[in-house]
Amino acid sequence: MSAALSFRNLVVCALMIALVLLPVYVKVSGNIFVLTLFTRIVILGLAAVSLNLILGYGGMMSFGHAVYLGIGGYAVGILAHEGITSGFVQWPVAVAASAAFALVIGALSLRTRGVYFIMITLAFAQMAYYVIAGLARYGGDDGLTIYKRSQFFAPLDLTNKTQFYYVCLAVLFGAIYVTYRLVNSRFGLVIQGSRSNDVRMRAIGFPTYRYRLTCFVVAGMLCGLAGALIANNTDFVSPSMMYWTRSGDLIIMVVLGGMGSVVGPLIGAVALLVLEELLSGFTEYWQIILGPLLLLIVLFARGGIDGLLAKFSARVGA
Amino acid sequence: MNEPLLRVENLAKRFDGIVATDHLGLTVESGELHAVIGPNGAGKTTLISQLGGQLAPDSGRIYFAGSDITAMPMYRRGLLGLARSFQITSLFLDLSVLDNVTLAVQAHAGHSFRFWHDVRAEKALREPARAALARVGLSDRADRITSALSHGEHRLIELAMALAGRPRMLLLDEPMAGLGPEESARMVEMLRALKKELTILLVEHDMEAVFALADRITVLVYGRVIATGAPADIRSNAAVREAYLGEAEGTDHA
Repeated sequence: MSAALSFRNLVVCALMIALVLLPVYVKVSGNIFVLTLFTRIVILGLAAVSLNLILGYGGMMSFGHAVYLGIGGYAVGILAHEGITSGFVQWPVAVAASAAFALVIGALSLRTRGVYFIMITLAFAQMAYYVIAGLARYGGDDGLTIYKRSQFFAPLDLTNKTQFYYVCLAVLFGAIYVTYRLVNSRFGLVIQGSRSNDVRMRAIGFPTYRYRLTCFVVAGMLCGLAGALIANNTDFVSPSMMYWTRSGDLIIMVVLGGMGSVVGPLIGAVALLVLEELLSGFTEYWQIILGPLLLLIVLFARGGIDGLLAKFSARVGA
Repeated sequence: MNEPLLRVENLAKRFDGIVATDHLGLTVESGELHAVIGPNGAGKTTLISQLGGQLAPDSGRIYFAGSDITAMPMYRRGLLGLARSFQITSLFLDLSVLDNVTLAVQAHAGHSFRFWHDVRAEKALREPARAALARVGLSDRADRITSALSHGEHRLIELAMALAGRPRMLLLDEPMAGLGPEESARMVEMLRALKKELTILLVEHDMEAVFALADRITVLVYGRVIATGAPADIRSNAAVREAYLGEAEGTDHA
């Protein structure tokens, strides 16, 4: 069986088509809640895709990735609060601010490895959390309400739920495509080589630090964009969107979906958030079910759900 | 007279009071295969690590191709044409065999801030990588994941990677380590072919291989050079026999 037609690829295609057609289903069924849920899933999926770039491909175990959600979100929130509502200003500022922050965190943390790397990324993210929680002018702890969503050109209206969903989906698919090109380029091979064996990379002639730093900044920028989308989705930003447990959620999505697979994090985001939704409908103690489920995935399916699908395809194909 | 390709002067390195390299001097002429031998703990790997740049010496100088590389970071030594293979196999185990060698080629093909073009479609990288794999006889393994190959094959990938960068000089740290007799013989043949084109510094425990291949041999004991010379001279050198060969022959016959 050819790789292009494997079971796994069919599932991925089906998922993508389902995401594209979702608003049609919503229109027919009138179930607007599904659209709200999936807008959130698509945005967090984008954040997970960006985390996967450093975690899955680069082997950089960042425990502070949600900080860019906050920075991107607050870039939109603060600009809106100051009367600048053009998305052509807000979104580039969200991305640039995330890039600048990633450059600083990365420059320091990438000199370390393992636990130290985790601790430094976590510490920076928490620091940013407390700084933003202390900005009294912008709501401090209570957060900041956004009265006007990002403005683009005429027919595009982000307050329209369907339009906004498609904007988010387009950004997500764009990010997945960019990731795909990136990880299969010379740059991507260097990043993966460095994950695999950094000492060897340097021995054969790669100054790996600058490549890893670049990768770290690109991931931060993509996640900052997700932050700008979240701010528009909820019309509200608060420090809690960059709290460290949120970084943990992103890691869970990546691990659950499949590290180092381009669409894995999207699968992980869909699986986690849909499961959360379904289980919490059953019982208040849904985390008691979700926890062991995650354990099973981590213990027995090291490539996550995407790895399971690929394994299943290989068996069927043989 | 020609400048030697590699010249080491007065190199010293200690670890917590233990002298690993003791004011060591060494020259490797262009085109020769120079073997470094010595009993366990003589400081052979420490020496190679300082030459390769993984360890910084406490004092002394290292010159390669006329330039002082003592403080040069390892990636720049690689670019200058000094390639190292590792005693403990140090590969990219979760990448394909061809990707491993491709990276070695890529390291010498300019910077890698190229984000868009598919690296696996780049002939300029893939063809030299395939050629290097062919030279060590691993063409049929190119698309396998590296961790799935045997130890002997890993040693050959090491060699292919060292070759892929078109180095002027190879630093080989026990290329026969852990190889069976057949694989060792294959490696010796490989090195015999390579020494026609390259300068090689070989650290090796396998005496048979060393005496079969080396043009000159340097003997280290406790980080010091006790003798340097042609294989025949080393074989008959009294100090060497006492310090080293007696012991090695004893184990050889075991």
